[in-house]
Amino acid sequence: MTDLIEIRDVRHAYQTPKGPLPVLDGLNVNVPEGEFAAVVGPSGCGKSTLTRLVAGLMTPDSGEVWLHGERVKSPRKTVGMAFQNPVMLEWRTILDNVILPLEIVAPRMPRAERIARAEELLELVGLKGFENKRPSELSGGMRQRASLCRAIVHKPDVLIMDEPFGALDAFTREDLWQTMHALRDKEPFTAVLITHDLRESVYLGDQVFVLSGRPARTQYVMDVQWPGGPGLRELDGLYTPECAEMLHILRDQIRIAQGRGPVEAH
Amino acid sequence: MFRKIAIPVLAIIAFLILWEALVRVNNWPDYVMASPSDLPQAYAKFWNLFLIGSWQTLWRTVAGLLLATFFGTALGMVMGFSRTARDALYPLLVGFNAIPKATLVPVLALLFIGEHDFNTVLMAFLISFFPIAVSVGIGLSTLEPEYRDILRSLGASKITIFRKIALPKTLPEFFGALKVSVTLAFIGTNLVEIISPHGRGLGALFLSGQTNSNYPLMFAVLIALAVLGIVLYYAVVALEKIFAGWADTGA
Repeated sequence: MTDLIEIRDVRHAYQTPKGPLPVLDGLNVNVPEGEFAAVVGPSGCGKSTLTRLVAGLMTPDSGEVWLHGERVKSPRKTVGMAFQNPVMLEWRTILDNVILPLEIVAPRMPRAERIARAEELLELVGLKGFENKRPSELSGGMRQRASLCRAIVHKPDVLIMDEPFGALDAFTREDLWQTMHALRDKEPFTAVLITHDLRESVYLGDQVFVLSGRPARTQYVMDVQWPGGPGLRELDGLYTPECAEMLHILRDQIRIAQGRGPVEAH
Repeated sequence: MFRKIAIPVLAIIAFLILWEALVRVNNWPDYVMASPSDLPQAYAKFWNLFLIGSWQTLWRTVAGLLLATFFGTALGMVMGFSRTARDALYPLLVGFNAIPKATLVPVLALLFIGEHDFNTVLMAFLISFFPIAVSVGIGLSTLEPEYRDILRSLGASKITIFRKIALPKTLPEFFGALKVSVTLAFIGTNLVEIISPHGRGLGALFLSGQTNSNYPLMFAVLIALAVLGIVLYYAVVALEKIFAGWADTGA
């Protein structure tokens, strides 16, 4: 069986006034259906470019991006996106913000059905009762929850997230990690998460891809073995020796990616 | 409600009292400066001229403003979406805006001889489209890429992205500019009415006050213009509340 997302040997350079700036050079990412891929790497290594490739917002200079056995060459209706900025449309209520993708993807869907779908998701992320509020009346964490609902309201094959929790405080972030697991439990989707937070990558990811410094290639892939086995992950698992071991390995890989070499034996 | 109405009304009354006091303390005759107490006679005597003149000034200003809104928004869209258009048009626009519009009155009068209404509307338009074009252009060109991407990744067309995101997101900037344009458009209308007299509008009434040495009448015209400006300004504020009320966070 082929994987839902296949990124094969992708190379890409941006054209700048000073000449081409290579950002990706030998990127390989495979994500089986229903799995959660976390992507980590040094700052500015081309991680955001990866999200734009999967979303079909750009095509690489060489290499191929496949989704569901189809070559991605242009935007598709089967992805959902969430960014560090929750990108709320301030003139719409929270409910209407969540409905937005349905207006594009399913223009014939009756409004009552759209509302029902949005309300179901908002309840899942703990925003029941806030449907008719404006985004400006909500906290950053709540807006990001609404943004996640909007990203999956049209049941996309792939959820692409570019540091969605990066601007939140540590406790809100942990809350949202758990929300993420709760969502996956009810709404199976395949996900690509770009992050700078190694704990986040391990807690949320089934696999963690470490990218090298720019131009990025796939430097290391970790299969996360969550302490306590498969099933809903407890936040406490982060404080186990097994988890510490995984984080150490990833930390070393990041140091290598930054060109500093691994730390001494631990 | 008290704050919204009583406070501005009290401020206006205080202003009139100060004005009256200034004239009386200095013992100025009305040809130096008329006082508010001189004005009611002027309005009572020429009320029909005031009504006709106000109407003429108002409709021509609004017509110019509508043109400015339409053309300014279109120009702003072109500049907002195309970098090339932006680079090409900015210096031209800034240069045009820097020309004192009073100098254009004789140019227009010669270009369209006898077309007084047209000239006046044209001037109101010329003087007021610039803020609208610039603010719409900036509003569109500074749209964060993520806003575009959430719809573009779903295969939405450019028109859909404009309609659902770019347009509503630019509305607060648009209304901000429109409020500036309202007062500018009045200046444009009156420039033509006063510099290129053709017996229409409040500007013509102002001129006849000058010719007949009726100084209270001249001041009465200025106040009437101010009132028209306030009315039109708050009409725009009301529209803004309806269409871009979401941007008002109550701060």
